[in-house]
Amino acid sequence: MASNEEILAGLAEIVNEETGLAPDAVELDKSFTEDLDIDSISMMTIVVNAEEKFGVRIPDEEVKNLKTVGDAVSFIASAQA
Amino acid sequence: MARKVVITGLGATTPIGGDVPTMWKNALKGVSGAHTLEDDWVAKYELPVHFAARASTPATEVLSRVEAKRMDPSTQFAVVASREAWADSGITEVDHDRLAVAFATGIGGVWTLLDAWDTLREKGPRRVLPMTVPMLMPNGPAAAVSLDLGARAGAHTPVSACASGTEAVHMGLELIRSGKADVVVCGGAEAAIHPMPIAAFSSMQALSRRNDDPEHASRPYDRDRDGFVMGEGAGALVLEAEEHALARGARIYAELAGTSVTADAYHITAPDPEGLGATRALKAAMFDGRIQPEDVVHVNAHATSTPVGDKPEYAALKAALGKHVDNVAVSATKSQMGHLLGASGAVEAVLTVMAIYDRKAPVTINLENQDPEIPLDVVTTARELPSGSISALSNSFGFGGHNAVIAVRSI
Repeated sequence: MASNEEILAGLAEIVNEETGLAPDAVELDKSFTEDLDIDSISMMTIVVNAEEKFGVRIPDEEVKNLKTVGDAVSFIASAQA
Repeated sequence: MARKVVITGLGATTPIGGDVPTMWKNALKGVSGAHTLEDDWVAKYELPVHFAARASTPATEVLSRVEAKRMDPSTQFAVVASREAWADSGITEVDHDRLAVAFATGIGGVWTLLDAWDTLREKGPRRVLPMTVPMLMPNGPAAAVSLDLGARAGAHTPVSACASGTEAVHMGLELIRSGKADVVVCGGAEAAIHPMPIAAFSSMQALSRRNDDPEHASRPYDRDRDGFVMGEGAGALVLEAEEHALARGARIYAELAGTSVTADAYHITAPDPEGLGATRALKAAMFDGRIQPEDVVHVNAHATSTPVGDKPEYAALKAALGKHVDNVAVSATKSQMGHLLGASGAVEAVLTVMAIYDRKAPVTINLENQDPEIPLDVVTTARELPSGSISALSNSFGFGGHNAVIAVRSI
């Protein structure tokens, strides 16, 4: 079980790996598409990497609801619970 | 009167140099880019061939990590070479709607394709990367170069096995002559030093097996040649309508005087033993460029170092150039860098342009006992080419019976 801070840090690492964005740019209130300029292909790569890192399953139909980094952190935290 | 097309930018990343100045220096010196492969898959799959000619500068050292991640290695090489060619051209402003790309590959994204297949079998469909399709598609290099430079007059991918790179240069000329573009970035890229293509080329007996001496394995025209050596990399050229180049005061390397493409329609892999398709391609390229046999001072030959391939090319050169063939300085640069497959024609086009511009023919290494049936004047130490107006030819032939020739003339 990871804390929300640990999930955020882990996600930031995955986003950095995929896009080159600095990890500290990945903040809870940031929108993946609007603020971080992440396209749908990168988003799917991030999702699959997050699934492996946190041992959760993020269904494809759920991905469109993950608008902000915070949405993703909350979903992963609840899926781990 | 057809529009005159000139070459104003050159780029390359090859086993004997990660850029054009390094490659050209080595090509005149005569070095070998072939080495024993250190990869664990050589032993794991018990490959019959243990060596290849890898790019001397890995593309991942030039591109950013994120750029490289989204590109198959073949596309990485294409982007590295085309950026060098573009910078070299000195073009700062261009009408992007009049800028086209013709970037070839022989095989395309073979690493991506086979990695994805491994991932599917080992980890399931969910783990197959979403970027797999754009990375494996053979138009990936052309598309990436178009995106990188903002080329909007079409991004084309001629595919004709080992003639692909030369066919891309041919296509570039046609795009400018027909008025569809004013500037074309053309070239070829290949990254197929992977166990599967090595196994496949081995099983058709195309590769040299000189495992104990890789540096001497690629030996075009030598009596003891036993196959080609796999190479990798890319070559790129900026072609420009002459009036476009003159208007911006560009440095012009040479004129791309003529090109041609023919097909043997003889056998799917074996060359026509009389070289008839190659002869027609040579004659057509010379006709296209208004070049007489006596104008030709240098040929960058296809010369892969296979027992069956080198001879028909001689027959074709003799048929196209007549008695003048004896006066032509022939370079077989695959002796140094191996066979870059779909990139080979593009890299050899760069070398041919440099030969005309610098007036020096590059070196053929490993020629110890020349095959008496191929009595060409092979350049074994860098040789000065004559002053005055001179022309050179570069040949490429590919499985499928593809023949492509370009003719380059001094300015």
